[in-house]
Order: sequence, then C-alpha cells, then structure tokens
Amino acid sequence: MAIKKFMYLNRKASYGTVYAIESLEVVLIAAAFEQDVSLAFVDDGVYQIVEGQNTDGIGMKNFSKTYHALGDYDINKLYVSAESLEERGLTEADLMPLVYEDEDDDWAEKPSIKVVSNADLTKIMSEQDVCLSF
Amino acid sequence: MKISIQINEGPYQHQASDTAYQFAKAAIDKGHEIFRVFFYHDGVNNASRFTLPPQDDRNVVNQWAELGIKNADGEPELVVCIAAALRRGMLDESEASKNGIDGNNIHPAFRISGLGQLIEAGIQSDRLVVFGD
Repeated sequence: MAIKKFMYLNRKASYGTVYAIESLEVVLIAAAFEQDVSLAFVDDGVYQIVEGQNTDGIGMKNFSKTYHALGDYDINKLYVSAESLEERGLTEADLMPLVYEDEDDDWAEKPSIKVVSNADLTKIMSEQDVCLSF
Repeated sequence: MKISIQINEGPYQHQASDTAYQFAKAAIDKGHEIFRVFFYHDGVNNASRFTLPPQDDRNVVNQWAELGIKNADGEPELVVCIAAALRRGMLDESEASKNGIDGNNIHPAFRISGLGQLIEAGIQSDRLVVFGD
C-alpha cells in the first residue's frame, strides 16, 4: 500500500466539544496503517496538549495522558502554532513534554513538539497528501 | 477522480451534510467516483432511518440513500463510524442484538464500520474532502 502524508489538524480545546478526543481516536487507529503521520495544533487546539489538565470538576474523562503514547506509535511530528500559543498567553513551557525514542539515533529520547510559525505550518500543510481537520 | 468525503456534523443542526451531498451529487454528475462517504462525530446521525422531517423539507438521510453509493460488491459505501455511532445511540441490527438492545436505527443504505475505513479512504482516494466546523 502506498505511503501518504497524513496531517491531523486540531483546532478545538479538549472538553467543550467532542472533536479533540475523537480526533485522537482517529490518530491512534491511523498509526496501524503505517502512513507518514503528523499532527498540528492551532487556535484553541493548542489547549489539547497543555500540561496539568484536571477534569475532576466536569465529570469527563481526562484523556490528556494519551498524547504521551503517541511517541510509542511512531507519531512524533507534533507542530504547534506559535501565534496560537502567543494569542492565548501560553509558551512551549506550558505544554506537556511529549517525547519519542529515535530508532536511528540509538533510541535517544527527543521532543515530539515543534513550535512553528503559521507561515511554516502553511508550508508543511501544503506538502501533505491528506489533511483531516478536527 | 476518485473522491472520498468525511462528514463531521449531524443533519439539520448544521449545513455540512447538505453541502457534502450537493458536492457528491455534482461530482458524480461530472463523472467522478465517490469512493466512500465516512460519517464521524455527530455526522453519524445522518444515518438514522427514523428521521422524519416535515413534508415541505428535504430528507437528508434519504437523499444520501438515494445517491446509492456502493462498492463493486454492492455494499454501501456510506460508512458510519462504529465508536462514534454506539456512544450516540446509533445501532445496526448486529450491534443491537450484541448489546441486548431492542431496536436498531441505521438506514439500510448505510453500514457501520471502524475508523480504519476513514484512513483507507484517505489512502485509496485522490482527494479526501472534510465537511464540518
């Protein structure tokens, strides 16, 4: 089967609507298809990977820990919009330290998150074969 | 061109399904192939055979059914995500009996399947077009 470049574009916060968790479900299934997968977090989507989420008060499942598993599924290209972070008063230090083990570099642990400008993200997006927007 | 469609919103609440339908119809009229339509999030509600709009309004579910999008084996290629469907009370006969529930509501022109069908549609098609918010 041909390998295509799939990007999952996350635009919404985690708990107000269902898009974030159901996007993550697609990403985890997609991992089994051995495609070239990347994720982008823009607009309120950047809140999905903020460190220290707590859902005790809203009676919903806290699924933020699942993002830590992405590295084990060889999903290690997580692009975050610098402008979207800045607009929300966030920095990279507010995000979960998501990492993967690089098999080409003696399994060294490396960060999966790359903060990029919207201009760079536009370029990365234009290189994709399939872009699923959530 | 081989085209697949993803629909992320329910009928009537949102225009996504209507627009996707018009797009699919126009594409077919132009000689393109709709490989698969995948219903996700609240989009799964587009498959309810219990949908009864007022007589002077369009029937979004029947419109999709009438397009008759099928594969070479004659199976419907209007595919409803199973995980999204079950958590929203959308069941076919097999899921209803498996879960001991006394009814089912998936229209026979649709079928329930897994998210892998969405990924496969992305791989197999020239374009995957997403409709929703």
